[in-house]
Amino acid sequence: MTNWLRVFFVGGVIAYRGLFNWIRPAMYIPTMLGSPLFQLIFFTKLGQYAHAQSRDFYIVGNSVQVCAMSSVYGMTMSVANERQFGTLGPLLASPANRAAVFLGRGLPVLMNGLLVSVFTFAAGALFLGFRPGLASVPALAAIVLVTVTSCTGFGMLLGSVGLRAKDVFFAANLAYVLMLLFCGVNIPLDVLPGWMSLVGRCLPLTHGIAAAREVAAGAPLSQVAGLVWTEAGIAVAYAAAGFVFFRYLERASRRSAVLDAY
Amino acid sequence: MSVLRVVWSGFVMNLKMLGTSSFFLLTSTLQPVIFATIAFYMFKSGGRTGTLLYAALGAGMMGVWSTTLFGSGGMIQWQRWQGTLELGVAAPPSMALVYLPFSLANAFTGMYSLAATLIWGRIVFGVPLHLAHPWLFALALPATVVALGLMGLVLASTFVLYRYANALSNLLEYPVWIASGLVFSTAILPTWTRPISWALPPYWGILALRHAALGGGVWGPLGMLLVLGVASIVISAYTFRLFEHLARARATLSLT
Repeated sequence: MTNWLRVFFVGGVIAYRGLFNWIRPAMYIPTMLGSPLFQLIFFTKLGQYAHAQSRDFYIVGNSVQVCAMSSVYGMTMSVANERQFGTLGPLLASPANRAAVFLGRGLPVLMNGLLVSVFTFAAGALFLGFRPGLASVPALAAIVLVTVTSCTGFGMLLGSVGLRAKDVFFAANLAYVLMLLFCGVNIPLDVLPGWMSLVGRCLPLTHGIAAAREVAAGAPLSQVAGLVWTEAGIAVAYAAAGFVFFRYLERASRRSAVLDAY
Repeated sequence: MSVLRVVWSGFVMNLKMLGTSSFFLLTSTLQPVIFATIAFYMFKSGGRTGTLLYAALGAGMMGVWSTTLFGSGGMIQWQRWQGTLELGVAAPPSMALVYLPFSLANAFTGMYSLAATLIWGRIVFGVPLHLAHPWLFALALPATVVALGLMGLVLASTFVLYRYANALSNLLEYPVWIASGLVFSTAILPTWTRPISWALPPYWGILALRHAALGGGVWGPLGMLLVLGVASIVISAYTFRLFEHLARARATLSLT
């Protein structure tokens, strides 16, 4: 058990420090903080011009969604870069518990995703006048935590694909932008065609963002418990799918000797 | 004549390289189409369906800017990674001339974005493609692309010195979309941002395209594109020489 925890925590942090390309301040600040800030301003202004929804609709939607900067890109790098940097072979040759290796990478990514979301919420409060009631802040924080977790699970699945796919970062970039369209970040699901809102409901973020909006508007956490539990279920489903896929691709790659080939 | 040969060869070579990049496929076609769809639905939910051509043009221009920006940031960085940056610097033509065709090719690739968003808007959302001044639109489009390409050259020159050029690219995508008013009017921005908008070729480019498509004066924005294009040539010729010298003096040219 001690070994499992050591691989989970220490291994996760080391992997994150070694494989997350944007960890240096010169990269981190413009990419992980600057870009989300301007994304928030862009969509809030676009919404204002389109006379579509209230300002808070965009602030909450984008502040939660930007966690995908860490969850999608960070998680993809944390798994797929093992292959790119040539360390996948030694890692998979080690007897370390695979669940600890795989899930441990998610923890720093999750923490980082939380930081990016909190920063963007703070920017919304500072620059755009977002003022949720103080009483709703703990519930909002809990919802953001669950949503970042589910987004990290989704990132785990994408990262697993990177064990085999040649250009997983294309998929990560595409996934990030598609989330803006499908997950109710800037468009209410009832405005989207039925099939798009159905896809959105199967993705992370959608239920979390809906719950966060209600709580920010003053609803108690109990009122959005269904949405939060659904988001938590989606988190478990994506993390499990990512792990199963990781194990499958590991075996398949060893069998066909393409582990480090790209 | 040799200048034209350098420009043409570099332009064709970079177009071929960009054509094989899945990242540029994303920024020049898929991403603009997705952003156009978001804008269409946002305008639709706000009951402003009459502005769909406005949104299609804006989303297309967003793609032109993204392609120019990531192309300009990337071209120096990729040459660093491939070890060809020194060869470009050592070549007899000036560095600005070597990289001018690359920058123009980046912006030209961005034109796919406009084509993609207009076709997508027409097919999926039934956006009317009736242009108020089609000939002026045909003039405004290459003028905008060339002006953005020249602006990309100025950006690329700063990336000679800055090792984290891609971080700067990531940062600058949204601010220019905002300050240029590509999908919304700059009138809703604070007044202190106006001078920033006026200094940006995408601002005048979208005005020229929008007026050519929807009606309005096109020659004024075209004149500003010309002025900013000439300014970009002058600035980039100076900055390329300065930053190249600094990078060589500090021995940081090829540091990744």
